[in-house]
Amino acid sequence: MSDRVPPIAATPLAPDPGATAAGAEALIRLVGVHKAFGGKHVLNGLDLEVRRGETFVILGPSGTGKSVLLKLLVGLLKPDRGEIWVGRQRVDGARDRELWEIRGRIGYLFQSSALINWLTVAENVALPLSEHTRLRPHEIDQRVDEYLGKVHMLQSKYQMPGELSGGQKRRVALARVLAGTPTIILYDEPTAGLDPVMTQNIAALIRSVQLEFGVTSILVTHDLPCASEAGDRVAFVDGGKVVHCDTTEQFMHTDHPAVRNFLRGGRPVVPGAPR
Amino acid sequence: MIRFFSFLGRTLEEAMQGTGQTVELFGRAALQVRHCWKRRRFLLDQLYTCGIRPLPVVLVVALFTGMILALQTGIELDRFGAKDRIASIIGLGLCREMGPFMTALILTASVGSGIAAEIGTMKVSEEIDALEILSIRPESFLVMPRLVAMAIVTPLLTFVTDIVGILGGCLVSATRLRIAPEQYLKNVVESLSEVLTYGGLPKDLYTGLVKAFVFGVIIATVGSSAGLRASGGAIGVGRATRSSVIQSFVLVIVVGYYLTSFFYT
Ligand SMILES: Nc1ncnc2c1ncn2[C@@H]1O[C@H](COP(=O)(O)OP(=O)(O)O)[C@@H](O)[C@H]1O
Ligand SMILES: [Mg+2]
Repeated sequence: MSDRVPPIAATPLAPDPGATAAGAEALIRLVGVHKAFGGKHVLNGLDLEVRRGETFVILGPSGTGKSVLLKLLVGLLKPDRGEIWVGRQRVDGARDRELWEIRGRIGYLFQSSALINWLTVAENVALPLSEHTRLRPHEIDQRVDEYLGKVHMLQSKYQMPGELSGGQKRRVALARVLAGTPTIILYDEPTAGLDPVMTQNIAALIRSVQLEFGVTSILVTHDLPCASEAGDRVAFVDGGKVVHCDTTEQFMHTDHPAVRNFLRGGRPVVPGAPR
Repeated sequence: MIRFFSFLGRTLEEAMQGTGQTVELFGRAALQVRHCWKRRRFLLDQLYTCGIRPLPVVLVVALFTGMILALQTGIELDRFGAKDRIASIIGLGLCREMGPFMTALILTASVGSGIAAEIGTMKVSEEIDALEILSIRPESFLVMPRLVAMAIVTPLLTFVTDIVGILGGCLVSATRLRIAPEQYLKNVVESLSEVLTYGGLPKDLYTGLVKAFVFGVIIATVGSSAGLRASGGAIGVGRATRSSVIQSFVLVIVVGYYLTSFFYT
């Protein structure tokens, strides 16, 4: 099962050339994406462009389809209409093999962390390595230590996921994502349910991963401090569409009424939103 | 009565619906058997879970199955003065039908439901999605080890059931029917050796073990398939577990009938 062998450079995850320059070309592109479950429209012609190397924040009330959007990006769900591009590859309608290739470049941090319950922390982090590379056990172990060190979880190496707190699980899940040497990382509410200190901690980690590995990230959250700490640009999604999109700095001071309302903590009122 | 039939209908319908996906899953998992060695650790885990853990129950059920068979048939046979036929009836009945069948039912209830619950829980907690994004196939990572383990373990446990059941019959025959154990065992061996297949293996034992192999494959595949189709939190896992047990039950009985008719007509 070594169909997919990620490149193992001397420093794993060598930064993409031109990764830092915001304003570079779009790496991820969603064009007019529609998605409904039964009769329930979740996404209504959503357009989005994420540039290479940036951390793009998607902000919005819960239940607007932010997780659905991320799942569409990795082909776990199929859009009803619209196009989804990652680099030059089209995700919707991709065949199994293409999808594998695309997923090989993407790391996904699940809202629930999604650690394999019956494997230890170390075995979870080792999964991408033991499954897709021909590294020897001691080499894998070394890598695992390295990634666990990066997320400050080395002390829990031999624990089971069930023994960890929510924040610890997220960090282990991040280590597992990093072990897959992705160039794109999707974070689904990485700070949901965490205390402010841990939130700050995770946000800093996301920032440092971006700087160190030059990854392009999409960060779904409804946590403002986390968004402003880690994000380069922010899009506000509601009613299945991008309502407003700007750089983090300007976004936080926008006078767009729906965004202001959300930033103030009230329920946003979007004219024409289907709800 | 109508409620009963509508229940029966629903049950059959559920079984039908899952069957297509289950057959497909079996095909994909069977292709992964070539990666058996790579997953030997998971396989060993599963051999323990599927083979050793249910052993106590298997032993008790097997013993009493043999004892009940001996008691019921023994009393009847005694009235016709044919109680010395009891050994061959128990030996053949266990090896051909009761052994594989009882073992399969126990494994369906204990191991099959466990497989469905385990995989179902992983499904609803996004662990299966996580595997797919890591480009790890669930049919290789989760289903194949369970499939192989059950295919190995079910015939072995069936063999144990046969032996223990025969001994249980021996116990009752000796205490209640006054048949000497040596005579009983000699009769069992004789009746089993009437038809021999390859390598001198009694045909009746052999067909029973083939059946058990098929039952093991059914239980593992149906359990995994139900688990992978689970959705909607803990309730969904419960639903998946229940439907996997029902489907396995029905399939074991139906397939068992056709295997019998294949081997003996
Ligand atoms: N697999 C699914 N089947 C049916 N409905 C779904 C599914 N996934 C998501 N939904 C629905 O889509 C809506 C958006 O969900 P989600 O993307 O999880 O919201 P959030 O923005 O909070 O992440 C929800 O109302 C949910 O009920
Ligand atoms: Mg969500």
